[in-house]
Amino acid sequence: MDIFIQQIINGLVLGSIYALVALGYTMVYGILGLINFAHGEVVMLGALTAYSTITGLLGLGVPLPLAALAGLAVAALLCMAVGYTVERIAYRPLRGAPRLAPLITAIGVSIVLQNGAMMVWGRNYHAFPNLVPERQYDVFGATITLLQVLTVLLAALTMAGLMLLVLRTKLGRAMRATAENPAIAQLMGVDVNRIVSLTFVLGSALAALAGLMVSANYSIAHYYMGFILGLKAFTAAVLGGIGNLAGAMVGGILLGLIESLGAGYIGDLTGGFFGSNYQDVFAFFVLIAVLVFRPSGLVGEKVAERA
Amino acid sequence: MLEVTGLAVAYGGIRAVKGITFHVNAGELVALIGANGAGKTSTLKALARQLPAAGSLRYEGRELAELAPHELIRAGIALVPEGRGVFARLTVEENLDMGAYSLSGRAGRQALARGLERAYALMPRLKERRAQLAGTLSGGEQQMLAIARALMGEPRLLLLDEPSMGLAPLMVQKVFEVIREVRAAGVTVLLVEQNARLALQAADRGYVLESGEVTLADDAPRLLADPRVRAAYLGE
Ligand SMILES: Nc1ncnc2c1ncn2[C@@H]1O[C@H](COP(=O)(O)OP(=O)(O)OP(=O)(O)O)[C@@H](O)[C@H]1O
Ligand SMILES: [Mg+2]
Repeated sequence: MDIFIQQIINGLVLGSIYALVALGYTMVYGILGLINFAHGEVVMLGALTAYSTITGLLGLGVPLPLAALAGLAVAALLCMAVGYTVERIAYRPLRGAPRLAPLITAIGVSIVLQNGAMMVWGRNYHAFPNLVPERQYDVFGATITLLQVLTVLLAALTMAGLMLLVLRTKLGRAMRATAENPAIAQLMGVDVNRIVSLTFVLGSALAALAGLMVSANYSIAHYYMGFILGLKAFTAAVLGGIGNLAGAMVGGILLGLIESLGAGYIGDLTGGFFGSNYQDVFAFFVLIAVLVFRPSGLVGEKVAERA
Repeated sequence: MLEVTGLAVAYGGIRAVKGITFHVNAGELVALIGANGAGKTSTLKALARQLPAAGSLRYEGRELAELAPHELIRAGIALVPEGRGVFARLTVEENLDMGAYSLSGRAGRQALARGLERAYALMPRLKERRAQLAGTLSGGEQQMLAIARALMGEPRLLLLDEPSMGLAPLMVQKVFEVIREVRAAGVTVLLVEQNARLALQAADRGYVLESGEVTLADDAPRLLADPRVRAAYLGE
């Protein structure tokens, strides 16, 4: 088995998930200049909601593909509702407040969501059902599962759809205009509050999909999973250049690759001193390195704003 | 068309506009002139509902306060803000499209096509640059774009905040030509300017704003001849 190729494949899968979550961070940051630290918890809610829906439906004898689709739909709807509500009641009243206030609020919101989830789903790990047949394919001496293929494909399709929406539609144009200058967008007739709500709702739908994918790929869901995942996706967004959609995608994939290659080789590199359980450390090395050496991220703004 | 009574704007303790009264009749071009800090921008921002303001702002018989800020354009009011405010990261054509954001449906699409044609006819330079990011345009081109964008929404009342600011004389001429054409097409214009001579030459009537108060109001030719205006604003 070729370790290098295998880790590339694993990295791509992980990276596509990070990218989906990172998009949520970056879209909200682009429009409001707010880092929505509660976003990771929305991913967790998506995973647990999908878990309950799918196991519940399977218990009723609903066929697996149908149950999986329903799980995704219910998770997406719930996450969209949560994203919308959080913006309305927690962030909107603080619009125009000093930046620290919404940041602290975001941390408060994540605590509320996490503990709420703990009350509903308990502290236990839940075994996530297999959503697709366990089929494997050989590529250059490594194996890729059907689930991995579907994960990457679905993530890519979703992101392509989002880019089409943002770059090619009237609504997307209004989103970009609002991100650049809300006061002027308003003069053109854009209802800025609607755009902000929409941004949260879209980001939350992506988070729900990502939550389902994480849990499907790692066969597990629990109330605490959103914290580390959110932090990593945030790292990915910063790596790509926060506020930049393409950057979030590039950053997500890159971080996934760095992590899984790092985990694959750290044992050899340190003579077995560190094991692959140090995987999480790489993300935070990356975060610190980016913040120190290139705070604007890899896909920095290239447009000169002339007076 | 627009009737402003006792408009007052304050920033904290600073009273920038101190209860001014003026009006703009349909079809008119009215100039509002004044020195730096006189309160011109504050007045326009209050009209565009970007600032909390006291007093009555009646537009076509209704209070502007009844409208949310994003509904103004549908009511027929467009503002070209001070410093242009084009969307630098959108292309020229996307900026123009944004100007027509409030128009929807089939009528909207027709208006959009009509507006683009008109904008490009009025300012051929914009057509050459339409796929370029607006942030890469020159200052004068950005000003043209800002005006063209405001016209895309087919406003009946156009508010212009210092369209000549920072432009070379030739570009200033061009901007004023466009303003005259817009007015000739039937759009009512409220023009804020420091360049008093040009503004009053183009205008029907004018108001002089000093430290937040209207000190003179008259027909534009009479203001141009007024010794106080000549001394304070025309450098004579
Ligand atoms: N955001 C603000 N906070 C505090 N004071 C302000 C603010 N905006 C404007 N002012 C003050 O209000 C007064 C009027 O400002 P305004 O921008 O309306 O002037 P203006 O006539 O447009 O001037 P200019 O010709 O320089 O653009 C000024 O004294 C200014 O310092
Ligand atoms: Mg001003």
